[in-house]
Amino acid sequence: MAGRSQKRKMPVALVAGLAGMALIILVAIFAPMIWGTTAEKGTGAIRSGASSSHWLGTDSQGRDVLLRTLVATRLTLAMAFIATGLAVVLGGLLGTLVIIVGPRLQWLGARAIDLFVAWPPIIVALTITAIFRPGMVSVVVAIGVAFCPQFARLTNTLATSVGQRDFVNAARLLGLRGGMVLRRHVVPNIAAPVLVLTSVCLSTTIVTMSGLSFVGLGVQPPSTDWGQLLALGLRSLYQNPIESIGPSLAILLTGLAAGLIGDGLAQYGEARRPTARAKRVKATTVGAAERVTLSADIDSSAVVTARNLKVYAGHSQDDAAIVQGISLDIHPGEVVGLVGESGSGKSLTAMTIAQLTPPGLRWTADALTVAGNVLAEGTPVPKQLALDVGIVFQDPSSCFNPARRLGAQLTEAIRVHKKVSRRDARAMAVRRLREARVSSPERRLNQYPHELSGGMRQRAMIAMALLSEPRLLIADEPTTALDVTVQADVLRLLKQINTDHSMAILLISHDINVVSALCDRICVMYGGRIVEEVSVDALRRGEVQHPHTRALLAASPRPVAHIPSADQPDESGPITVGATALRSRQGI
Amino acid sequence: MTKPAPLLSASHVTAGYGLTRRAPAVLHDVSLTVAPGTTVGVVGESGSGKSTIARVLVGQLTPSEGEVLVDGVNLQTLGRAERRMARRRVQLIPQDPYASLDPRMSIGETLLEALNPAGGPMSRYADRIAELLETVRLDPDVASRLPHEFSGGQRQRVAIARALAVEPKLIIADEVTSALDASIQAEILELLKSLRREKDLACIFVTHDLAIAADMCDEIAVLYLGRIVEHGPIPILSAPQHPYTRLLVDSVPDPYGAFLTASAHDAITVVEPPDPANPPSGCPFHPRCAVGPQVREGRSDCVEIIPPLEVKDAQHSTSQAACHHPLRFATETLAPGQSLL
Amino acid sequence: MAGVQTLTTQRSSPGWSRLLRHSAFQQWARYLAGRLAGVVAITLALLIMTFLMVQFVPGDPARNIVGITATQAQVDVVRAQLHLDDPVLTQAWTYFSSVLQGNLGKSFTTQQPVVEMIAQRLPLTASVAVGGLIILLVIGFPLGLAIGVLQRSGRAARTTTAFTVGTSLFGALPEYITGTLLILVFGLTLRWLPAQGGESFQGLILPALAVALAPAAVMARIVRNETSAILGEEYISTARGKRISTVRLLITHVFPNVVTSTLTLGGLLLIALLGGTVIVENVFNIAGLGTQIVQAIFASDYPSIQGIILVLGLLATLVSLVIDIVLGILDPRVLQKNGLK
Repeated sequence: MAGRSQKRKMPVALVAGLAGMALIILVAIFAPMIWGTTAEKGTGAIRSGASSSHWLGTDSQGRDVLLRTLVATRLTLAMAFIATGLAVVLGGLLGTLVIIVGPRLQWLGARAIDLFVAWPPIIVALTITAIFRPGMVSVVVAIGVAFCPQFARLTNTLATSVGQRDFVNAARLLGLRGGMVLRRHVVPNIAAPVLVLTSVCLSTTIVTMSGLSFVGLGVQPPSTDWGQLLALGLRSLYQNPIESIGPSLAILLTGLAAGLIGDGLAQYGEARRPTARAKRVKATTVGAAERVTLSADIDSSAVVTARNLKVYAGHSQDDAAIVQGISLDIHPGEVVGLVGESGSGKSLTAMTIAQLTPPGLRWTADALTVAGNVLAEGTPVPKQLALDVGIVFQDPSSCFNPARRLGAQLTEAIRVHKKVSRRDARAMAVRRLREARVSSPERRLNQYPHELSGGMRQRAMIAMALLSEPRLLIADEPTTALDVTVQADVLRLLKQINTDHSMAILLISHDINVVSALCDRICVMYGGRIVEEVSVDALRRGEVQHPHTRALLAASPRPVAHIPSADQPDESGPITVGATALRSRQGI
Repeated sequence: MTKPAPLLSASHVTAGYGLTRRAPAVLHDVSLTVAPGTTVGVVGESGSGKSTIARVLVGQLTPSEGEVLVDGVNLQTLGRAERRMARRRVQLIPQDPYASLDPRMSIGETLLEALNPAGGPMSRYADRIAELLETVRLDPDVASRLPHEFSGGQRQRVAIARALAVEPKLIIADEVTSALDASIQAEILELLKSLRREKDLACIFVTHDLAIAADMCDEIAVLYLGRIVEHGPIPILSAPQHPYTRLLVDSVPDPYGAFLTASAHDAITVVEPPDPANPPSGCPFHPRCAVGPQVREGRSDCVEIIPPLEVKDAQHSTSQAACHHPLRFATETLAPGQSLL
Repeated sequence: MAGVQTLTTQRSSPGWSRLLRHSAFQQWARYLAGRLAGVVAITLALLIMTFLMVQFVPGDPARNIVGITATQAQVDVVRAQLHLDDPVLTQAWTYFSSVLQGNLGKSFTTQQPVVEMIAQRLPLTASVAVGGLIILLVIGFPLGLAIGVLQRSGRAARTTTAFTVGTSLFGALPEYITGTLLILVFGLTLRWLPAQGGESFQGLILPALAVALAPAAVMARIVRNETSAILGEEYISTARGKRISTVRLLITHVFPNVVTSTLTLGGLLLIALLGGTVIVENVFNIAGLGTQIVQAIFASDYPSIQGIILVLGLLATLVSLVIDIVLGILDPRVLQKNGLK
């Protein structure tokens, strides 16, 4: 049912594993035919080491170890395949059965499966061998049963999760019968992980089965498998160590081959899944004339001075520049906005100003001074920067360490750098939390981040940024992940901080209305450059030059203070929403 | 003039997942009708139950109380085969473009399945598929590609094409633009508007973005904590009756920053929506209400009685609000920033 | 029962307040109750399984014990000792009650009470397992942490590749092969350590190493992956912004999160360690439970087998419980998840 798109390259691991396994299967089929009788023939050389006639030596009865190992492949492999097959079928049945019975039993069944997965398979295997007496059959059954919980759990989780995915629901909406939905959509999407687990299981089965034979509980003489051969080898370990090499290698290589197939299949499956939603960077070239030049002299009272700031995608010379030469000033008490779509480089610019460029990227600048700290690439970041710059990130659910309490996290910077005592630091933190309008601030200090709601966390983050009384606050999309009513509140807080503390703020957003509402000056970014810089008044009046700025304005609601009487529905103008209205996109 | 029979109507629907003490109902007593050719917007923030309502309306989730009628028929009463066929009348465009398409089927095969669920030869339907792809402004040549080769916006188009292939009467768009960049959002919305016109489709638009709802819809229903608190034609957004709708409207960012002051009230300290598992007594909005018991005297009914959704102003009989003390309907124009409170 | 699919750009979800309603004590009580219920369930399952073991033996279990050449009279004596002629339920009751009183019967081969035998042999098995655990933690964890940090910094690509290859190879080595090789190299060729072990501390080194080598490689791999993932998390950026030393960053921010996420997998490895110990004892001829159970299986000494399986199973369960408790202490979010593990 797979679509025929261009040929997907098979991972090296998969090819190697399949090739190896194919070779081993060939040996399994043909070795007994070719060397069956020769292997059992005892030559005169007892317990001889490696020689030209016996590459891996001979055992206590003079039999060639290499040949015996090759011949034993058939039995070992056959048992392993059967045992794995048993585990898959039994586990699959159990896993799906648990789903078919009603929801109550389902929960119990799932929990039971979880419990049994954690058990060492060896214990189950030993129990079954104890019941049925050691031997080929009992060991195959034992291993099969021992490993089936894993498959039961896998099929169970997969079937439930895939069954709830949107595309399966969509298929049901099309009127498809349940069976057809299962066959066409659920099974193919389950198949891949099951196949991967099967290969891994095969590898483990061979190893465990040989282990059981090794201790004597598996295959009994005169049949031989690798485990038995290894046991014999162990007995001669003092006299003739090489006897153990043959079966050891066989077990290892087969296990590896099966493991490689599993890894390869997993990689192959990954390649077909949707690519990560990484921000696609638009490295477009904008004409030189459009680049905005600022006055070359550096204002020493400025909180931020950046000249020709660039960020490269990597540390080598041929890596592309994601941020292509930004020049920016931020003055004390000023709110500067950086607006653009995703991929415009605005976050990266802000992060570089904060000296938090991701490790794989490299930045350069003709000049970069932040809160009086002169920064240069390659030089260590001054610790003072932690106190002078406060940062508020976008995602309130991931900006705090989930494993530590808030009090410790909030006070960390000032305690480490300013050596403030724990008591004083906590008092300061409570003050800031109160200022940020977080309820019950004392209690919050002892709570973990996940105990707070998203909006609360964002406010705690703002409080943390304020704790050291920084000169600059960088807010990177601080409200994008919040509900609109909560967003209004958080933005209000930011505005208040700017008014009360005369704190400079660098606000990054994709929403041009948000930056207009809060900022004094707005820089529009596109393709890694600042394409326009306007005062907020000009932006509000729409006096902008660059086409991208126009596009951003056109795509967002514009202010209209007009409320039609409900008795006379307003057909002529746009529908108003309180203080805002929408106008359909024009041109671009 | 008689109103046309509603295409879809939900009456007094209560629904949830599991419905035990730990997982209470997400929707409470929700009623909604959609007339043919109209677009109804359902707006809410997190915890409002808007995703649940989409699933209930499309039939994926069975309500524990109340019923959903499609063309006047409750699908649960039909036989299995009939129900499967009836399902095709209402299609859903889900929120996540990365999960709505089977990753193992080419988009041509996905569309083929929509056109002929029993499975048919691709050759017979190739033209129809190409047509569908053109309708959503995709190149027909891409039919053989797999979903992961497309961007989020393109995948949404495929999801729209699939919904249209079935020739439904009603489409439910569940936050279809939330996962997309702003410019792509606008394109998808434009596409939906034109398709709606061409095919005379009825539409339910579930979103958190009031501006999008105002642009796309004819009517709007505002959800708060699983209840519809206000319902009416779009112009009510200019002068809402329910304080929550007022708050929503006032919170939409405007370039002058009026939204910063308009949405604030000194006496209100609670800013978050409450936990659906532990709702406030009476009117669920009262802890945040700017004209509620936190602010005004003598509003104990807000704390004790859940307000029913009903017409509050006889002159505007198409609008309903669930409020004991609704805001006046404005008949005069207001200066920016002036509050109706 | 449909699941709600929401995107990762989540709006604030109000589930947090539910947590505030329950004090830490209540959460712990609920969590522990759940875990203990699991322990009880497993113990029950173990008892049933070991009991049924004898019932399912094809043929006559007593015959297996005394041998093919024994007389019927001898067989009957054993049958009476094992209560095999009683009705099944009576047998079950006898079995359960004697086990719960601490009486595991008498071994048929040695005539020694099983409890005594276990008491003698368990310390040796435990020593090897604990030794293996120490090696696992001492090698696996720091190595994985270091390589994870290295990998994240983007440097030393060759070291990280060598690590990946190395852990794959070592992780595939079965413990009996490792044991054999260790004996060969250290016991016979270099003569540094005794080849047969258990008695002395030196005698434990090789077995512990044999048991722990492959799991240590796997653990290092897992820790590496987790560390690398955690270093990419946003809160690490926040911590970097505080300009604290790298050491402090690793200890206070990285380490706690790595421990919680690897603990669960580490727990599974630990239990697998127990299984490996059983095999390794046979390689090194250690007089522990591992060698005993193999002999018991050959001799069909059912009481011994039952006793050892019970004890091993209980050990594994206890380890699980301890890990769950430690996990609960380190990461309070775990307390919220309902249900047994």
